[in-house]
Amino acid sequence: MQWKATAIAGALAAATLMAAPTAGAKEFSWAFQGNLQSLDPHGLFETFTIGFHGNLYEPLIGYDDKMNVVPMLAESFTQTDANTWRAKLRAGVKFHSGNDLTTDDFIFSWKRALTEGSDMKVPARKIKEIKKIDDLTFDIITSNPNPILPRSLLILYVMDKEWSVAHKTEAATNLKGGEEGNFANLNANGTGPFMVTEHAAGVKTVLKRFDGYWRNIASNVTKATFTPISQDATRVAALLSGELDMVYPVPVQDWQRLTDAPGVQPLAGPEARTIFLGFDQVRDELLYSDVKGKNPFKDVRVREAFAHAINVEAIKKKVMRDASFPTGLMVAPQIGGFVPEMNTHWAYDTDKAKKLLAAAGYPNGFSLTMDCPNDRYVNDEKICQAAAAMLARVGVKVKVLAQTKSKYFGKVLSQNNYDTSFYLLGWTPGTMDAHQAIEPLMACRTKEKGRGLFNLGGYCNERIYALAPMIESETDQAKRAAMIREVFKIHQDEVGHIPLHQQPLSWGVSDRVTVNQRPDNVLDLRYVVVK
Amino acid sequence: MFAFIIRRLLQSVLVMLTVALIAFALFRFVGDPINNLVGQDTTLQDRQKLRETLGLNDSVVVQYWRYVVNTAKGDFGYSYMHRRPVKTMLLERMPATLELSIISILLALFIGVPMGVYTSLRRDGFLAKIFMSISLIGISLPTFLIGIMLILLFGVILRWLPTFGRGEVVALGTWTTGLLTVSGLKALIMPAITLALFQMTLIMRLVRSEMLEVLRTDYIKFARARGLSNRAVNFGHALKNTLVPVITITGLQLGSVIAFAIITESVFQWPGMGRMFIEAVADVDIPVMAAYLCLIALFFVVINLIVDLLYYAVDPRLRVDGGGSGGHG
Amino acid sequence: MAVEAAAMAERGGEVPDLSLWRRTIDLLQRARDSDIWYSFKRSPITIVAAAVTAVIILSALFASWVAPHNPFDLATIDLMNASIPPAWMADGDTRFLLGTDDQGRGILSTIIFGARISLGVGFASVVFALIVGVGLGLISGYVGGTVDAVIMRIADIQLSFPAILLALLVDGVARGLLPRETHDELAIYVLVFSIGISGWVQYARTVRGSTLVEKNKEYVQAARVIGRPAILIILRHVLPNVMGPVMVIATIHLALAIITEATLSFLGVGVSPTEPSLGTLINVGQDYLFSGEWWIALFPGAVLAILVLAVNLLGDWLRDALNPKLR
Repeated sequence: MQWKATAIAGALAAATLMAAPTAGAKEFSWAFQGNLQSLDPHGLFETFTIGFHGNLYEPLIGYDDKMNVVPMLAESFTQTDANTWRAKLRAGVKFHSGNDLTTDDFIFSWKRALTEGSDMKVPARKIKEIKKIDDLTFDIITSNPNPILPRSLLILYVMDKEWSVAHKTEAATNLKGGEEGNFANLNANGTGPFMVTEHAAGVKTVLKRFDGYWRNIASNVTKATFTPISQDATRVAALLSGELDMVYPVPVQDWQRLTDAPGVQPLAGPEARTIFLGFDQVRDELLYSDVKGKNPFKDVRVREAFAHAINVEAIKKKVMRDASFPTGLMVAPQIGGFVPEMNTHWAYDTDKAKKLLAAAGYPNGFSLTMDCPNDRYVNDEKICQAAAAMLARVGVKVKVLAQTKSKYFGKVLSQNNYDTSFYLLGWTPGTMDAHQAIEPLMACRTKEKGRGLFNLGGYCNERIYALAPMIESETDQAKRAAMIREVFKIHQDEVGHIPLHQQPLSWGVSDRVTVNQRPDNVLDLRYVVVK
Repeated sequence: MFAFIIRRLLQSVLVMLTVALIAFALFRFVGDPINNLVGQDTTLQDRQKLRETLGLNDSVVVQYWRYVVNTAKGDFGYSYMHRRPVKTMLLERMPATLELSIISILLALFIGVPMGVYTSLRRDGFLAKIFMSISLIGISLPTFLIGIMLILLFGVILRWLPTFGRGEVVALGTWTTGLLTVSGLKALIMPAITLALFQMTLIMRLVRSEMLEVLRTDYIKFARARGLSNRAVNFGHALKNTLVPVITITGLQLGSVIAFAIITESVFQWPGMGRMFIEAVADVDIPVMAAYLCLIALFFVVINLIVDLLYYAVDPRLRVDGGGSGGHG
Repeated sequence: MAVEAAAMAERGGEVPDLSLWRRTIDLLQRARDSDIWYSFKRSPITIVAAAVTAVIILSALFASWVAPHNPFDLATIDLMNASIPPAWMADGDTRFLLGTDDQGRGILSTIIFGARISLGVGFASVVFALIVGVGLGLISGYVGGTVDAVIMRIADIQLSFPAILLALLVDGVARGLLPRETHDELAIYVLVFSIGISGWVQYARTVRGSTLVEKNKEYVQAARVIGRPAILIILRHVLPNVMGPVMVIATIHLALAIITEATLSFLGVGVSPTEPSLGTLINVGQDYLFSGEWWIALFPGAVLAILVLAVNLLGDWLRDALNPKLR
């Protein structure tokens, strides 16, 4: 640990004396595989970034350690009529700058989230209008009844209007921005328990406890240092050598090593992310296949054959080292609307798969190319390879095209016209509600309505398409649950996708600290305790 | 002389333009930068608008020309990923890479030269054969494997050295250095060795063959005939004559060492330009990648130009033939 | 041939009746009596290196017969066989002498098939670089002037980019320019091209130097005066002279090409993981070093190191043997 505390040169001798942490100083250092790209809370809609910002900035309502939705900056947040929500801010909340939190700050933040550089436009657009009542009270007006509005606003962090205006960062970080990019991109001023003291993008970010934080939290950390480490081996080595207190993700195969090593432990749990396979069911001829003139995936028997050919238990045992949770549904148990009794995968049955393929007119199988990311999900590429080998056993020759996530997404997403025949994808509904899986993944693709944006294979069932908006606005929980269940049933019968498993959260933690592992793979410093 | 300099300069400019074209053309066609800028929920209209703002919809020629003009002004644009000026990022990262590269080169020189001298003097000696074998093993193992092995041994098992990063750095104006702190020096050891290994082998072999050549010359034979001691002949005469080409070639190699640091930096999580480049490749961060390529080319062109001019100054009869014994994998 | 014979006749010599067969015999005899063969016999390390290289090349060539099973045939792989340690260890399985990888492929078989890809990419890259380099070197040296300057400037630009960087570049360009459907089939050619293109400079410089020397000799100028295509004469005189250095460069380049391929795999630009090369295998195995499944990375790593070492030793020996000054 000495290297961390060692102070600046010039006075090396003095530095050695200073190396011992002063009484009460509790330091915590951790690493993640990706970079913290921006400090701008409206900059990037991505789980890690949003999660990190959650230590600096706060929303009206937020997650507690179990991911229950609890009041944060809003003392209360209630629906007064179909399209109106009344919010009352907590009194006495201060920003790091010392300014008080007021209604104007929230209105400013909402408007900022709608500016050109913002990546938070989708949640911000759920709000049609905000009516200020007084300094701490306001009404939010929506254009449609929206029972899950509070969840939509979980990631809409509140910035300080005065600070933003003073530093000319009234708009979200713009790509063509000013001299140093945009002030909020490199500096932060929120209401959260930690403030940024140093931010070298891509190298390290140092946080300091904010003394004026509005509530008591479990954490006793006074200084926290974040380092991005992209290589798995280096990350694990840094934890094993005691340089870091916590790293994530840890490759599942290294759990045993962490268990055996003194002073560190793996910390695992189910992530709310479902990994699944999808097929191109729209084109009349597959882009990457030797079947010409027709699309085998339009035939439900072929899709079912694939489902029976994949041995999810073997993937669990060998690829995921018993750490995954095989699934039959497109959403995880933590997601609102999950149906436990439907969560069984198709039976592994190669004979049945062969028969189904033969019945569909492919007794000798066919060949195709599969698109796969290799740095996005836990062992993603290895899952694809294993699936390819399993499909080879029923005669389908699959070539795996595994690429980095940016190349992969650049190929298969909407802006490249869904350029794929067969792919692996993972999904966590941002709102932790099934609707956020149904609308983007299972509803027919319609550009104008914005549905099915991530339905890469274009699976389409009219009934599901009709149900999606109904589920969004239905306020009767029983009716809503029934509709979700109906969607799941249709989707399962038609093998719209093949859900494989929920991947595990995989962290490595030093015995020096206790941390809370949130199901969405976010580290909340509020719950980090250094011994 | 003047005409020669002008011609050389023009050629250098042409080289830089070509590199800029290659860099630009390559990265204009890899991946879709838009995808990396926005989250998965962003709508098509927003994506389209962003394309427009970034000028990604303009014709390729227009985009290239804009790039050249801006680059000449030192403006490499903004990183798509970090939303900061690439220039600032390069300046931030450059000290880390330069320190690592220069220390590695020095390390390679100070170990490689004596080993080369020794192996040339004791061509058939046992130790010389061992050195030659070690040097061969050094170039027969991929750099990344050596790095990982070092981490495993010295970082994890023995826990002597830090496994990643640069340690504590000190800011001297705009330059950050890790050479003034204990942690910085400790962090430098493994990456520097990993990066130096290949150069060390190269230098050792170069010194050996140059020494063997020189030792055969009449000049040395006369020196011996004059009754000078072996020591005086070997070091005073032979080595002195060898060092000029060795140092020239080592200098020329600096550019390639800086670039070759990509692998070392990514294994050791060294916060230098190479890692920035690799991250940029993965993120399709076009401005960063293009700037890095141009910078590497600039390094090379400048070093090459200096060497050419020096040679020319020293001996105008010399046929100026540019580079050294060439790049390595 | 006709031109050559005519040229010889013109110079007053008789056209010798040398059939291909006789010439081959002659060559072999000369080789046996040559200094090279002598120095080969005298160097036990070189003999071992040659033997090792031969064994690896032969087993790679005849992989289908040598390997216990074909790991590239996905239908024969069972995921449940994954991560089995080498046969002599506690949980070993005699079917898999060196254990299995994370997908259930036998390490031994995968190494043999992987070596085929590594060597294939290596050889192809070298041949490619050799043809381009010798060609451009001849043109550069013979034509001179602007052409020479342009080619040598390109060589300079080229040298400012190490092979790795260049390969990343070329790979990116190829992926951008080639139609998507062909990526997979062309991936390996792209790899060969990107590794090969980084190596031509040294061949070109060597050949250019020799050409410059030959060009100004009197007989070449004489040939030019009487209107003979002097390039043919140069070819006849330059190529034999540079064959030695070119062979040395080629051997060392082969070792470099194999390593470059492995490093590219480490950086994620290698061949498809379903048909792995040695480099891809090491890269995969690296993920399992901490978890104790050392055999996945270690055996391919050892084979790669031994192969490259052997080739380098051969290159070393060849250089010393061909350099008359060192004899």
